[in-house]
Amino acid sequence: MNPRTAVAVLAAALVVGITACAPEDESSGAAPTPSSADACSKDKLALKTPGTFTAGTDKPAYEPWFSGDDPTNGKGFESAVTYAVAAKLGFGKDQVKWQTVQFNAAFAPGPKKFDVDVNQISISEERRKAVDFSTGYYDVDQAVITTAGSKIAQARSIGDLADAKLGAQVGTTSYTVLRDVVKPKQTPGVFDTNDLAVQALKNKQLDGIVVDLPTGFYMVNAQLDDGQIVGQLPGGGETEQFGFVLEKGSALTPCVSQAVDALKNDGTLAKLRQEHLTTETASGRELTR
Amino acid sequence: MRNPDEPAVTADGWRPSRLQQERLAYRRRQTVRSGLIAGVSTVVVLVLVVVGIGSTPGWPRVRETFFDVDRGWEALPVVAQGLWLNIRVMIVCAILIVIFGLTLAILRTLRGPVFFPLRMFAAAYTDVFRELPLLLVIFLLGFGVPALQLRGLPNQAVIWGGAALVLTYSSYVAEVFRAGIESVHPSQRAAARSLGLTHRQTLRFVVLPQAVRRVMPPLLNDFVSLQKDSGLIAVLGVIDAIRAAQLETAEDFNFTPYVVAGILFVALTIPLTRLTDYVARRQGWYGGGGGPV
Repeated sequence: MNPRTAVAVLAAALVVGITACAPEDESSGAAPTPSSADACSKDKLALKTPGTFTAGTDKPAYEPWFSGDDPTNGKGFESAVTYAVAAKLGFGKDQVKWQTVQFNAAFAPGPKKFDVDVNQISISEERRKAVDFSTGYYDVDQAVITTAGSKIAQARSIGDLADAKLGAQVGTTSYTVLRDVVKPKQTPGVFDTNDLAVQALKNKQLDGIVVDLPTGFYMVNAQLDDGQIVGQLPGGGETEQFGFVLEKGSALTPCVSQAVDALKNDGTLAKLRQEHLTTETASGRELTR
Repeated sequence: MRNPDEPAVTADGWRPSRLQQERLAYRRRQTVRSGLIAGVSTVVVLVLVVVGIGSTPGWPRVRETFFDVDRGWEALPVVAQGLWLNIRVMIVCAILIVIFGLTLAILRTLRGPVFFPLRMFAAAYTDVFRELPLLLVIFLLGFGVPALQLRGLPNQAVIWGGAALVLTYSSYVAEVFRAGIESVHPSQRAAARSLGLTHRQTLRFVVLPQAVRRVMPPLLNDFVSLQKDSGLIAVLGVIDAIRAAQLETAEDFNFTPYVVAGILFVALTIPLTRLTDYVARRQGWYGGGGGPV
């Protein structure tokens, strides 16, 4: 092939390739606010698969939010809430399909394969730039857990934690609270999963773990032989909440939010909390600033 | 067309023939023409790529998610602090890896039946640690050893993670060194022995210097790779550059910190590579025959 043909072919290939790969432009208009309940009727919902409510969560799905690493069984708080929201929108249990969505994939740019993602993801204004959130379905408290006899077992204030080696799971608000509220002198240990953090705590590589309260109770009751909750951490301002993640600008967001609000108002969320999460609070053991 | 750089008459009164001058002029014209064509072609390709990617519908979203300059600057200090851990781990491990790797290679190339157990040990070691996934070794040492609760052993993640890197990479580097040692021609040994050098002196003054020079490029490969794999010890809870970027990303779901970490890694590796190339060329290390004549 002579150079001139080569150049022409290359240019043509580039142009063709790029235009061929370009997907259809997604309409990313502002989500319409549902004026009435029927804007959220089942047949009008903007779903990935018509007639199916597709929910995403990470694998493994952790207790007590899910049970037995199986989101489809309706046991575990987040599984139950998802089915309740789906029911509010008019989907039966068999019309809810689950997808495995890694935490990072939940907010990567581009089209999503789920309608909603439910993965103990905390709502924050910074994150709203990348994704939509429903209204919060759970108010989160952060707590510190440890094992009996560790140097922070008797801690009464945040100051008592300053010298400890503490850990948290990567990408969680637990880490943010650890960094900004506890401000430990030693660099925190950061782990891919809470299970690894628990392993490090058992190995005495950590003095304690910062984690949301329900997970903390689960660790103390089920994963550690001599675990104990040191106390709750005071929040950094407004209440932290878990919310459903949706594609940015999704037309479904207001409808899911409406369903969550309805479940909050009719007491369903409170009932599910009692059913699936340890309702005992550590409020008696609030660590002072 | 006369080239001003070229004297028409040299110091000793010789001047190129008209034919030779025409040849030179033709070559110069050809050089300029090739340069121009290459330049235009490069510009065209770049423009096509930039315009092509820039006109895709998702590009604005990708740009703000991965290439947000302000966010990058904001994340830089945290990511750089993580990178400092990578650098420290890499330097300490690299020194140990060279020592262990070279020792293993020498053990494996010892001659004589009496050394059979040592040869067997070295061979078994490289076999096992080259096949084991690095992540598994890191988990085994990083979570397994501290779980033994032995007194007197450290349980810092960074130490056991570093140990896992040293164990695994030593087996790679040992094979690289062995290849170098075995590539030295037997006549070199024979010559050294006939000059009265002992086995040890032959190895020390004749074989190893040649072996090490020959395997410099693959060794550098392994160290660049080590630099990136040093981040794997983050699974034990320490914060390296990539983990720092991950923490930053979780704040606002913007992936720019990862790109920042990538740029830092590249910026760290390129000078090292160029320096090694430069030193090697200056010392005439490349080429089996002792480098360019």
